[in-house]
Amino acid sequence: MAAVLTRDITKKFGEVPAVNGITLAVPDGEFMVLLGPSGCGKTTFLRIVCGLERQTSGDLLIGGNIVNDIPPRARGVAMMFQSYGLYPHYTVRNNIAFPLRTQRVPGAEIDKKIEWASQLLGIGHLLDRRPRQLSGGERQRVALARALVREPTALLLDEPLSNLDAKLRSSARQEIKQFQQRVGVTTIYVTHDQVEAMGMGDRIAVIDHGQVRQVGTPAEIYDDPADRFVATFVGTPPMNLLARNGGYLGFRPENFLPRDMIDDGAFTEFSFRVDRSEYLGSERVVYGAVEGFDAAQVITAKLPPAHVAEESIRPGEWHPFAVRNSMLRYFDQDGKRASRH
Amino acid sequence: MVAITDRAAKPASRFRFILDQRGVLGAILVAPAVLYVLLLVGVPFLLAVYYSVSAYTIYDPSWRFVGLANFEQILQDPVFRETLGNTFVFTFGSQLLGLVLGKFGALLLLRPFPGRRIVRALIILPWAVPIALATVAWEWMFDSLYSVINWTMIALGIVTRSDAPNWLGTPDLAMLCVIVVNAWRFFPFAIVIFLAGITAIPQDIIDAATVDGAGFWRRNYQIILPMILPIVAVGLIFGIVFTFTDLSIVFLLTNGGPVGATSVLGFKGFQVGIVSGDVSHGAAISLFMLPVLLLVVIGMLRFIRRREI
Repeated sequence: MAAVLTRDITKKFGEVPAVNGITLAVPDGEFMVLLGPSGCGKTTFLRIVCGLERQTSGDLLIGGNIVNDIPPRARGVAMMFQSYGLYPHYTVRNNIAFPLRTQRVPGAEIDKKIEWASQLLGIGHLLDRRPRQLSGGERQRVALARALVREPTALLLDEPLSNLDAKLRSSARQEIKQFQQRVGVTTIYVTHDQVEAMGMGDRIAVIDHGQVRQVGTPAEIYDDPADRFVATFVGTPPMNLLARNGGYLGFRPENFLPRDMIDDGAFTEFSFRVDRSEYLGSERVVYGAVEGFDAAQVITAKLPPAHVAEESIRPGEWHPFAVRNSMLRYFDQDGKRASRH
Repeated sequence: MVAITDRAAKPASRFRFILDQRGVLGAILVAPAVLYVLLLVGVPFLLAVYYSVSAYTIYDPSWRFVGLANFEQILQDPVFRETLGNTFVFTFGSQLLGLVLGKFGALLLLRPFPGRRIVRALIILPWAVPIALATVAWEWMFDSLYSVINWTMIALGIVTRSDAPNWLGTPDLAMLCVIVVNAWRFFPFAIVIFLAGITAIPQDIIDAATVDGAGFWRRNYQIILPMILPIVAVGLIFGIVFTFTDLSIVFLLTNGGPVGATSVLGFKGFQVGIVSGDVSHGAAISLFMLPVLLLVVIGMLRFIRRREI
């Protein structure tokens, strides 16, 4: 296990930059999530770390050594692919043994490690099956076992949950996270799903157009977004942004409340015209516009349903709403975070 | 009301919708193929079987049944036994060489390089050129006096003029020549088969093997080759069947010589049955291919079914 460090990594395919200067430090044992929309360069970055692609410029350090020109097999990193990449002609046992055989680990040692990995992931009963005889969740566990069996310096995961159905996904999230904590391996996890990122990451790096927009804990990313991109990419519905004084004023939908629900501290008041209201069981999401700002821009409010009676927030009416001043965020003209205007 | 009753009273013809029935339409559509196989493959085959157990020659076209006497006679002939051996050497030698060249060519053509599309198109040429034309060119290259290969080797100082090889005049070299020419014809087909197989492998699997520490050889022989084996086996069945029954290259290049060293079953059957007019023995020689080909096809198909992944 080792820390992974990148210094100003770029990767160009022809003239198109896929990765545009990523500098990232992942300390030993950390679970780092790379979060970004599809096509933002996060998978390319992961392929550079494991050695499947060579960066155009910049340095990659694993365990303190520069590994720019070291081939994948000598880097000691393991990668789990979106489609798992299991070898269809091998049994589960041989799939797990493969990375050990390439390292010329003696046979008895291989058996011991297969035993260890299969017990850890609960796939002991599947060892003699072939990948096509496994369910999606089982395949994922086999792929994880194969990645971990040779005790990699770092574990790279490329959208590993995207092939699972929604129900399995939440349990698989938990499984991977628990498992990573138990083994303590440095992990870089690529996803476009913010729920996975928020739920699993020790820290999150938000990536857009091949650049890191912000690195921080899930709470930092959510509460203190570094720019407008992060503010609107993370959170469902995203942060509301109002243009004001050449900059932007931002607040989360759950902090945009009826005026009478705020009874302490300083707050800023808005007049909110409700256009549509959605009841989602645990909450109510209200869509509308704020007086004095662009009427076409949809502003959302997320309300705890217990506190808001059906008839009190009626579409087509203006209501007094407010945000606590401590929950207001300011962005300058370029969309970067500003302290105040 | 009246109109409805009238229409019902006049039933449609029983045959009006006959082509809408799957069974009928299917039978009609498949009939030409069945007839073709029966008339142009089945009848000649049964005729050959009968010839082989008769005393039929073109000089004495009798249908007299002689049992397995023809087979007994040709088996006692040492020239025939050599021919049988030659056929195996020719078939498996050229298939092996063709497969190696095919794998190699496919690996080269997988990598992008300028002009790859043109090269991919050109590589099909050996397969597309008429066999007679190609063989004439090869014959010239192997000629005892004008061989370009020998000229090149002499010019490079590898051999002297006096001990330059006589390609088509030495038994083992002549066999090598027909194998090389056949492999040269077969390898574009092998390339196409390999390319189709390799490009069908998900990139994730090859990437996973790379990250798992597999180098070039291990990736090729432990991951790619086992995964494309079923499709390669299909290609090999075709190659073996076509080569085992082929006589054109031998006929054009060496005429079976020197002294029968490159004679193969198809050639021998043609010589005895058609050229010499001994139809019954010719048929018996040709029928020796049948059990071998049957075994090859059954074996390969079983192998493919077991390997299906």
